[in-house]
Amino acid sequence: MQLLYFAWVRERVGLSAEQVTPPPEVATVADLVTWLSIRSEGHAAAFADPSRLRAAVDQSFVPLDTPIAGAREIAIFPPVTGG
Amino acid sequence: MSDGTSSDAPTIRVLVTTDAIDLAAEQAALERGGAVATFTGLVRADDGVATLELEHYPGATEAALRRLAQEAAQRWSLAAATIVHRVGPMRPGERIVFTGAASAHRAAALEACAFLIDRLKTDAPFWKREVVDGQARWVEARETDDHAADRWR
Repeated sequence: MQLLYFAWVRERVGLSAEQVTPPPEVATVADLVTWLSIRSEGHAAAFADPSRLRAAVDQSFVPLDTPIAGAREIAIFPPVTGG
Repeated sequence: MSDGTSSDAPTIRVLVTTDAIDLAAEQAALERGGAVATFTGLVRADDGVATLELEHYPGATEAALRRLAQEAAQRWSLAAATIVHRVGPMRPGERIVFTGAASAHRAAALEACAFLIDRLKTDAPFWKREVVDGQARWVEARETDDHAADRWR
């Protein structure tokens, strides 16, 4: 699946996008965040506090306990601040 | 198309752009029915902000704005709804966002316009980064914005 990062999540990870294939036990967005956090120090810094993270699965905004099976694109980002 | 009755499909306009927002053109495009209400947000120079940069989620942002405009159009039987949001770097005083609603009478236009800007702040993927004294920092989300959006749910 394709992962997209925005704002300070992108800056801390050091990437705007990456392709990953999580194992089957990574069932939800929250599981994915935990699984990703050991990939690098940057990932660890970005994903240290899941309460500050929001997500979209295939461009729909979802809570972090949402299942990710079959998802093509998952975006992880801070709370939005437009307007 | 000019009487603003709900039997016509509303005109929905959504734009995410690095260009300056042309207020006169956006306002004129909404002039139908009997009432137009618009909101324009400007970049504030709060705390010495020199530059404000807006990041967005291409594709998902436009889709979120379109959903909001369509929800407003349906809820208030609008003749037209417009959302324009600037992205990229901008300076204090520049226009960052424009929302507008056209309807048969003022109450629907005013309420729909407020709905559009309140919900845009919590429902559309934009992120603000401000530069103060050469230092960049990401703007934190505000609880008061959540409360403003919640009154329309």
